[in-house]
Amino acid sequence: MTAPTLLIRDLRLGFRGYSGLIEVLHGISLHIARGERVALVGESGSGKSVTARIVLGLLQNLKSARISGLVAFEGRDLSRLSGRERHALRGTRMSMIFQDPTSSLNPVYTIATQFHEVLKRAEPGLDLAGARRRAAAALADVAIGEPERVLDSYSFQLSGGMNQRVMIAMALANEPSLLIADEPGTALDVTVQAQTLGLMRDLVARHGTSVLFISHNLGVVREFADRVYVIYKGRIAEQGPTAALFEDPRHPYTRALLSAVPRITGGGIPDIEDASEEYFAPLVVHEGFGEPEGVPA
Amino acid sequence: MSHPFLSLRDVSKTFHTGGREVRAVDGVSFDVDEGECLAIVGESGSGKSTVANMILGIYPQTLGEIAFKGSALPGRRDLVHRRAIQLVQQNPLSSLNPRRSIGASLRLALDVHEIGERSGRDERTGQLLEEVGLPAAFRTRSPAALSGGQRQRVAIARALACQSELVVLDEPTSALDVLVQARVLKLLNELREKRGLTYIFITHDLSVVRNVATRVAVFEKGRLVELSPTEAIFADPKHPYTRRLIGAVPVVTAGEAELRNRLMEKTDANA
Repeated sequence: MTAPTLLIRDLRLGFRGYSGLIEVLHGISLHIARGERVALVGESGSGKSVTARIVLGLLQNLKSARISGLVAFEGRDLSRLSGRERHALRGTRMSMIFQDPTSSLNPVYTIATQFHEVLKRAEPGLDLAGARRRAAAALADVAIGEPERVLDSYSFQLSGGMNQRVMIAMALANEPSLLIADEPGTALDVTVQAQTLGLMRDLVARHGTSVLFISHNLGVVREFADRVYVIYKGRIAEQGPTAALFEDPRHPYTRALLSAVPRITGGGIPDIEDASEEYFAPLVVHEGFGEPEGVPA
Repeated sequence: MSHPFLSLRDVSKTFHTGGREVRAVDGVSFDVDEGECLAIVGESGSGKSTVANMILGIYPQTLGEIAFKGSALPGRRDLVHRRAIQLVQQNPLSSLNPRRSIGASLRLALDVHEIGERSGRDERTGQLLEEVGLPAAFRTRSPAALSGGQRQRVAIARALACQSELVVLDEPTSALDVLVQARVLKLLNELREKRGLTYIFITHDLSVVRNVATRVAVFEKGRLVELSPTEAIFADPKHPYTRRLIGAVPVVTAGEAELRNRLMEKTDANA
């Protein structure tokens, strides 16, 4: 059996502060199979973004962070890798797209220069002309009509939707096996968001990229993910395939979350608690969708 | 003859930036009825916030007239109009003074507009907090010690403090988590009924609009392209841009997806 692209088992995270240890993740487990699109959905402060940061290896060097549990990427235990080895994975085998595309691009370099930097991570000897050719092809892949013009532009000269496409193209340029998307497109208009999500979905399907999709927007998750983990205050509440989870939410927290989303078919605003003991009910896993057994090499 | 509560007639706004003229709002006319919740929807650059800012008097319109209860509003507002028309912004963390206690922020609104006896104003701030579902003891806290939802409740309390009649809500819940959003929307609905308030609700979130607005005004590139009762606009949107907007809403149920697909088919058939 091949190892899943990402395997997280009993991951705990705490931050040491003035008032002692603050626990943020209370032992979460999740996995992403090859080519699978998995969503981690929860409210602000639920621990979804720190999970992404641990996977990227960005929290491991933080002195105040206490991390335990297993995070294995393509069968390799991340905690056994050196900082340098983790660094080598970023931007090549795993990449990330952030919420606001315009602020994640550097405004003082052209798109072409930034593309060159990204491509050099995987192929250090690549020259600017070679990078330009590959960048133009990557931009054409995200339905950008005039790649040459975009390559010579700065991020502030492009629209938010255009920058988002540039980000998607850059993130996939080195053919990573894992793409982490943290609230992608939340800063964009709805029509642009719908377009870029569709585009991203097609691209990762074509490249066979696994995706960890982090979002608080249930509607977006329903449209993008194959499988969903719902996270509440550092604990996974429910896990299951997207269709089943949305049609038949079984955990009290998932139910509350889903019923709180206003419907375009109307029905008013429901009466729900924004905090309840019930939300801490144990994990619910839909049949046939448990975590994989066995220890990766 | 009775006057409309608020009316805009051929209102335009032109900005001059970097030697260029940008017409942010272009010949817009509509009325707002007393006690309704009129949603203004559109994407960034549609002019929806510019319209709101002109209604609030933050800057004057370039052309046209804005009238409140039958009398034209001047470009520079006096205290009476500033009291009657209030604003709740998207991010309460930046709209509340971080160095001032919640009570002091509310008290300032009462002092400026000289509401009630001076000696009773501190007690009044406590009542205002209770009205928006917060304990009166929150008066002594600073905004930083509150959650996002609590802060937005404080911003709402401040907008109500000076007995306002029209409240402009500019994306009031889009920075909040969905469970908190539901509670704040409920509060806004209750307050409108109880106090007979009129709302102008600016948002890009059509699923919120469907559940709180009485009528919807759709803006595209500075123009008003459609204005209809909420029920009608979701059952049968007339303008292709309105259909595109509704078609792009991410939905959570099969029933909603069906409605969306039906509307999109209509667009294809018309195209």
